[in-house]
Amino acid sequence: MHALVGENGAGKSTLMKILYGMQKPDEGTIAIHGEQVSYSSPADAIARGIGMVHQHFMLADNLTVLENVVLGSEKLYGIGGKARRKILEISERYGLGVRPDVLVEDLGVADRQRVEILKVLYRGATTLILDEPTAVLVPQEVDALFDNLRELKSEGLAVIFISHKLGEVLSVADEITVIRRGTTVGTAVPAETTSKQLAELMVGSELPTPETADSTVTDRPVLQVEELRLAAPGGGKPLLDGISFTIHAGEVLGLAGVEGNGQTELIETLIGLEQADSGTVRLLGDDVTGWPTRRRRESGVGYIPEDRHRHGLLLDAPLWENRILGHVTEAPNSKGMWLDPKAAQADTERIVKEYDVRTPGIDVTAASLSGGNQQKLIVGREMSHSPKFLIAAHPTRGVDVGAQAQIWDQIREARREGLAVLLISADLDELIGLSDTLRVIYDGRLVADADPASITPEELGSAMTGAASGHLEHTEDGA
Amino acid sequence: MNIFKRWDSERVLLAAAGPVIALVVAFALTSIVLAASGENPFEPFSIMFEQATFSDVQVLIINDAAGLYIGALAVAVGFRMNLFNIGVEGQYRLAACVTAIVGAHIAFPAFLQIPLLILSAAVTGAIWSGIAGVLKVTRGVSEVVSTIMLNSIAASVISYLTLEDAFGVAVGNNRTTGEMDKAGWFPGIDMGEGVGTIYGFVIVGVALGVIYWLMLNRTRFGFDLRASGASESAAAASGVSAKKMVLTAMLLSGAIAGLAGLPTLLGSTHTFSDSFPASLGFNAITVALLGRNSPAGMALASLLLSWLFNAADPLDLQGYSSEIATIMQGLIVIAVVVSYESVRVWGTRRQQQRVGAELAAGHVLGTTDSDSDDTNDTKKEVAAR
Repeated sequence: MHALVGENGAGKSTLMKILYGMQKPDEGTIAIHGEQVSYSSPADAIARGIGMVHQHFMLADNLTVLENVVLGSEKLYGIGGKARRKILEISERYGLGVRPDVLVEDLGVADRQRVEILKVLYRGATTLILDEPTAVLVPQEVDALFDNLRELKSEGLAVIFISHKLGEVLSVADEITVIRRGTTVGTAVPAETTSKQLAELMVGSELPTPETADSTVTDRPVLQVEELRLAAPGGGKPLLDGISFTIHAGEVLGLAGVEGNGQTELIETLIGLEQADSGTVRLLGDDVTGWPTRRRRESGVGYIPEDRHRHGLLLDAPLWENRILGHVTEAPNSKGMWLDPKAAQADTERIVKEYDVRTPGIDVTAASLSGGNQQKLIVGREMSHSPKFLIAAHPTRGVDVGAQAQIWDQIREARREGLAVLLISADLDELIGLSDTLRVIYDGRLVADADPASITPEELGSAMTGAASGHLEHTEDGA
Repeated sequence: MNIFKRWDSERVLLAAAGPVIALVVAFALTSIVLAASGENPFEPFSIMFEQATFSDVQVLIINDAAGLYIGALAVAVGFRMNLFNIGVEGQYRLAACVTAIVGAHIAFPAFLQIPLLILSAAVTGAIWSGIAGVLKVTRGVSEVVSTIMLNSIAASVISYLTLEDAFGVAVGNNRTTGEMDKAGWFPGIDMGEGVGTIYGFVIVGVALGVIYWLMLNRTRFGFDLRASGASESAAAASGVSAKKMVLTAMLLSGAIAGLAGLPTLLGSTHTFSDSFPASLGFNAITVALLGRNSPAGMALASLLLSWLFNAADPLDLQGYSSEIATIMQGLIVIAVVVSYESVRVWGTRRQQQRVGAELAAGHVLGTTDSDSDDTNDTKKEVAAR
């Protein structure tokens, strides 16, 4: 099992694309089983036994597991009994525990991932590439995934594993390759390396920690949410139910939860994209429940969206237009009804400098920046309007270690100045390290709260799966 | 700041590549069609090019381009936010009909009459497209479907309005709306005997193009509109109300579409009849596509298309079929869609590579290449490490 680690934009994804045939190398060779190969499309790569499990699952929700697996490779084992037998055989052999007739939409994230792995194995892959497979999993699920991967390894398959999380890499990989700026800067064997050394290889700097210094929590409530409820569109169980919490000035409230438990809906209700069915949202004392999104943003709600491509950027527009996005009615972007491109451009240059957005200019499109730099631009933009309340959803997802530290610093800095933050993250270390208060969301409800000073990621993880819910504080000091 | 200049020339190149490739391909394919049907594949083009050198044809080209251009602006407003207003056809015809009726029955002095006529055209167009907008916002009806159907309904409404029981006036076999009051005739620019008159409304068209550009690129509303078109989800998160935007854009598109018939109506026919020019609304879609929704691009495209139609007529006299122009228009549309998409994909990829290359070479904004101050440089060194 080989792990590949590196900063954002270091070239990990590009390398994987080349291995999977999505991009052609200019120079160099690839050898599989000692035989030199070159291919021009993913189909060639699949034929050579290479399979890719993407970070974002590529499954059709309204089809069953069986249908998803056979989709596109109907020729292999047909679509009926033979395919089902094959799926069960693979599932059993590697201990994946996949049920072929369940609808994918009914599966959790971890199960979906197993379906993705099975899909790849079904096509006869002998080399598996996993792109950040643990980003969406809680610790318990990560352990289960690693067990699966070890099973695969013992059956003689090769696994290439891309990750940002150095601890995981060290625990599971047999060999680690570190790349930076498109070249290999080192290889390591986990037994002889610490995560600190790895991180230094990756960025040439020390591993940052998300720990906040002393508490800056005040008693001025900024955001008060009471009994918020959001019904599901087709009836059935509400998406959000009985959500109540208060965030004070200078407080970071961390919301832990497995993805898909109502975080997205909560964010959308707070920003005004969804209208709550009942309950109230108050911002600095004003009842904003019925306010449209723009008015909320103008009155000081900053938003770092969980999906920056869908909600945070205009990918084909230049950086300076992206700087206007979301703040078109505010200075320096406009004067009255007119835009002020000059001022916006000047301010974009400032953001690019202050937030270390690495770009050759502000006229390039947002799409041409790497994910981490896009995120830095978004953080810079939101912070530039001195928000009172910031929704930070996965603020450092897909961001390299260096930029991560920077974003943490900026959140801490703003918090010191009285910003209230709702932090949603799948990275439990980040959540525990940055938050002043922790809440756990499960199935659209806030089921538990915890003290970040004493809780461990494992304890939080079990509360996130709904197993260890409880309204009391989880301060098991023995852990 | 030489980097920016390089980006700019790159962008101009990319912008020009799409239409140029499309036109070359369309010409080539038309030649193949001609050759396949046993005709001389090149002579029709030389006849058509020759037409463009005659000043009377030039006046015709400019006059017809005006309506096309205004129609294209209407289509482009929709395109910029991913709305496909195929209903420009119905909107401009109905608007022209209503305006002709207003002009025939009301007589103010010219300085009031012309604004009144323009207003009635815009309002009629907006009402007609607004129906599609309301349906989309309240019921989720695709504007493509509803505007197509509204085209047919507009034709029926026009038939009714031109009945003699309603507002119609029979002139020979032709049903018209009666001649408009002279106060509503838009003064033209006389180019001399035998050459013709350029519609004064051409200038209004140019002004509309400028306003279109200003509105899109220099106003908050325009930014919201473009954001909605570029990414509906990002626009919503940024605070644009999608429904309001759809309705506003449809109304605006319809209002502009309503003006598309005015160059002809106020400049030459002065009445709406069965023989009032048709299918301008569909040709305007070609113009908007070819001109990439840019005001200058659409101006060139409308002149090109207008030339295609006006220069094709003499082909019949020379033994060729003037339908060559129609074939060519169809081929342009296909070629435009294909070539723009490939140029866009190619351009994005190229820019990503270039940004990667610039960064690898250390050309980060604020360090080596730009003319920023020194303090920032040193700070950057630390931060970037």
